[in-house]
Amino acid sequence: MNTNQDQSLIFELSEPGRISYSLPELDVPDLDLNEWLPEEFNRQKEPELPEVSELQLMRHYTALSKRNHGVDSGFYPLGSCTMKYNPKINEDVARYPGFSSIHPLQEEETVQGALEMMYNLQENLVAVTGMDEVTLQPAAGAHGEWTGLMMIRAFHEANGDFNRTKVIVPDSAHGTNPASATVAGFEAVTVKSNEKGIVDLEDLKRVVDKDTAALMLTNPNTLGLFEEDIIEMAEIIHSAGGKLYYDGANMNAIMGAARPGDMGFDVVHLNLHKTFTGPHGGGGPGSGPVGVKADLVPYLPKPVLVKEDAAYRFDYDRPDSIGRVKPYYGNFGINVRAYTYIRTMGPDGLKQVSENAVLNANYMMRRLQDAFVLPYTQHCKHEFVISGKKQKKLGVRTLDMAKRLLDFGYHPPTIYFPINVEECMMIEPTETESKETLDEFCDRLLQIAKEAEENPEVVQEAPHTTVIKRLDETTAARKPILRYQKA
Amino acid sequence: MKHRYLPTTERDKKEMLETIGVNSIEELFADIPESVRFKGDLKVEKQLFEPELIRYMSKLARKNVNTIENASFLGAGVYDHAIPSVVDHVIRRSEFYTAYTPYQPEISQGELQAIFEFQTMICELTGMDVANSSMYDGPTALAEAGLLSAGQTKKKKIIVSKSVHPEARAVIDTYARGQHLSVVEVDAVNGVTDLDKLKEEMDDETACVMVQYPNFFGQLEPLPELEEIVHQHKSMFVVSSNPLALGRLTPPGDMGADIVVGDCQPFGIPAQYGGPHCGYFAVTKKLMRKVPGRLVGETKDEVGQRGYVLTLQAREQHIRRDKATSNICSNQALNALASSVAMSALGKEGVRTMAEQNIKKAYYAKSQLENAGLTTVFDGVYFNEFVIKLNGSVKEMNQKLLNKGIIGGYDLGRDYPELSNHMLVAVTENRTKEEIDTFVKEVGGAQ
Ligand SMILES: Cc1ncc(COP(=O)(O)O)c(C=O)c1O
Repeated sequence: MNTNQDQSLIFELSEPGRISYSLPELDVPDLDLNEWLPEEFNRQKEPELPEVSELQLMRHYTALSKRNHGVDSGFYPLGSCTMKYNPKINEDVARYPGFSSIHPLQEEETVQGALEMMYNLQENLVAVTGMDEVTLQPAAGAHGEWTGLMMIRAFHEANGDFNRTKVIVPDSAHGTNPASATVAGFEAVTVKSNEKGIVDLEDLKRVVDKDTAALMLTNPNTLGLFEEDIIEMAEIIHSAGGKLYYDGANMNAIMGAARPGDMGFDVVHLNLHKTFTGPHGGGGPGSGPVGVKADLVPYLPKPVLVKEDAAYRFDYDRPDSIGRVKPYYGNFGINVRAYTYIRTMGPDGLKQVSENAVLNANYMMRRLQDAFVLPYTQHCKHEFVISGKKQKKLGVRTLDMAKRLLDFGYHPPTIYFPINVEECMMIEPTETESKETLDEFCDRLLQIAKEAEENPEVVQEAPHTTVIKRLDETTAARKPILRYQKA
Repeated sequence: MKHRYLPTTERDKKEMLETIGVNSIEELFADIPESVRFKGDLKVEKQLFEPELIRYMSKLARKNVNTIENASFLGAGVYDHAIPSVVDHVIRRSEFYTAYTPYQPEISQGELQAIFEFQTMICELTGMDVANSSMYDGPTALAEAGLLSAGQTKKKKIIVSKSVHPEARAVIDTYARGQHLSVVEVDAVNGVTDLDKLKEEMDDETACVMVQYPNFFGQLEPLPELEEIVHQHKSMFVVSSNPLALGRLTPPGDMGADIVVGDCQPFGIPAQYGGPHCGYFAVTKKLMRKVPGRLVGETKDEVGQRGYVLTLQAREQHIRRDKATSNICSNQALNALASSVAMSALGKEGVRTMAEQNIKKAYYAKSQLENAGLTTVFDGVYFNEFVIKLNGSVKEMNQKLLNKGIIGGYDLGRDYPELSNHMLVAVTENRTKEEIDTFVKEVGGAQ
């Protein structure tokens, strides 16, 4: 038992003899496993798992939950992550036995409802993105990126084009973009942003060449700005023989306003755990479907879901497919939630979602622009970036301001990303927040900016009200303790 | 139109537009070139109101044969296990499921501590030093183990046993192609990796050898012998393992594995038609800084209180970009929590009891089938799965079983032509004696 003030670990609550399960007694003849198992397989040292009663278990996890901030707890404007409300009906539907308790290797005739749901979801995502076909197999955004790049590679190789080794990513790109390029066997090449925060066309022309396999782009980009030169960019990439990849993390900005397929993109991934309300789960699970244009369809991961007459089945006969990227058919449970959300909103609803997301972001940006440095002044889309450069001069860093926000019950914005803006704070309110919430948050942030001038210590020493103070991350990395060990 | 997820009123809108200094929302979209502006209506299915939607989704769900109303003997990587009720009560707490990655440790101690506990439980079960916070699933974890091995050994060949899950092997192939690695598959003999064939394939270019324990056929691979062969060539020994089985079987960590991966689905995660499940990834201390994905570490705050943070982040994509050890960002945190709760609920004793019941019930089922005159193939020890040979097709048998409320086993002919008409049968603690007896009667009677 942990005797000081620290929150106990479940291992510290453990007492031999306590249980919180109810497995039925063995109803078949017993078997002496010590005899039956060969010595090398007969586990001698038992795993030290906790022994607690059911109430102890519930109190433990309830205590942990109280030390955690979710969207239902309060505003969570974490840029690039689209922390919108997670509808409760989605959670109920995903738990229907016909969705939660079906095995992926059951005969297709016994899961027609599941396949119908998946097919409909694919069709809806085709409509939203303007692509020709969609696969639901990738598990998350990064997984979708890698899947898309593997398809692009297969496409080039099928054309006898083996020297396209480079993938271009903007300096403002999310870290997964270059990382996915590496995993897919490419070299990541950076293209600069210009003073307007969008891709510099001259620099793009400079880096593009016959080795270019693709350009990965987030549009609106991670600064929340629409890449208004998109048509020229598509032209530059396509005429060099490359493909255009769309990171759909920011789809929440443009549903019903513009479609990647119409902008010239060849491949798109979506984060269903962002735009389409899959709950973020403390880090996952997500779902990262990928849409492609017709010339890339042969390379889709297999199996591909097809509809024939009134029945659905998986087509495994796909000779040009890149193969499997995931066992079974993707994160079905998250896909059920996304489909439920799409049906809740309908086409007009989705359009309104993006309109309101953009309205909320622009409103906040204008309320905050004078107190902070606004590096890009044009209208933003669903998120925006401000810089704490002014406050830094006063000795107050963006990290400090983020910690100060914790005192007021907010999850801070994303900080220090994208990496091309100094001391940046990336704010994404989402459409599900009310004007009152936006106003209260802006008031607090303006107050903090004032504190930075008048009383910087209160910001520098924040947070003051959380269950724990700032943690020593240096020692954590230098002398890693990655598991509990009984004293 | 009004919508329950959209709080902005017409009055709000007017005030907000005024502050922004525009007349309409449309103006905020003016930076999108006219030629790519989408006009008209998205061809998305029409909106349904909540009661209609519940009815519609219920109908879709009811078209599926589920494993609650039917007794399932289907496993092959995804298993029907008891899930303690507490699991869903914990993961439905919105402080957990509506949060994201714990980037701000001061208000994410709950999630961070839960992951720290998960890492500990995985280390305990696998016998390894370090476990991460989760991967997408077992097979992608296995593929990433291949990439780690290749990076660590600077060698380009991955050897995979054919007794590894076929879909996992397919995933490995795709990942390996990305990295220009070659994959060689080694046959199985009598249901386990053929050691002689493995020896023939081993060479100085071999980055790692991958086996599954218990393997796809349910059999226990001879890990000690395998380990010797693998390490003779300075290759990495990678074992994919069902964590529940390790509640009773000697863990790979005690038998020289360098990397142990697998899927936590057997602990508290429903099948959900194949996902989301929850991969785990465990390594020896030596490989700690090469692990993909997020790691949580213990530390102290300014006043000396114990706390937890994401750590060793210099491995990850948001810091290292193209030099990261993996591109993974979002993982399966909520399912890792579900598995932790299930493991805590079962506890030390329950995990062992549950693992033992799986073996005992599988043993009973196999014996009864043999008594009924059925041929079982492979004669090694097994966990909760074994292989039987039918006179006719597996598909037909499964059709017949379904009429009796039973979901039959996996048709091995799909992946192993030499095993057509062979069924992989899974028997978990959830199968009652009565269900097993009915299964034996139906399958045995047909022979
Ligand atoms: C712009 C962008 N791209 C890609 C990703 C990666 O998505 P995931 O975390 O689902 O892998 C993110 C997620 O944080 C993102 O913000």
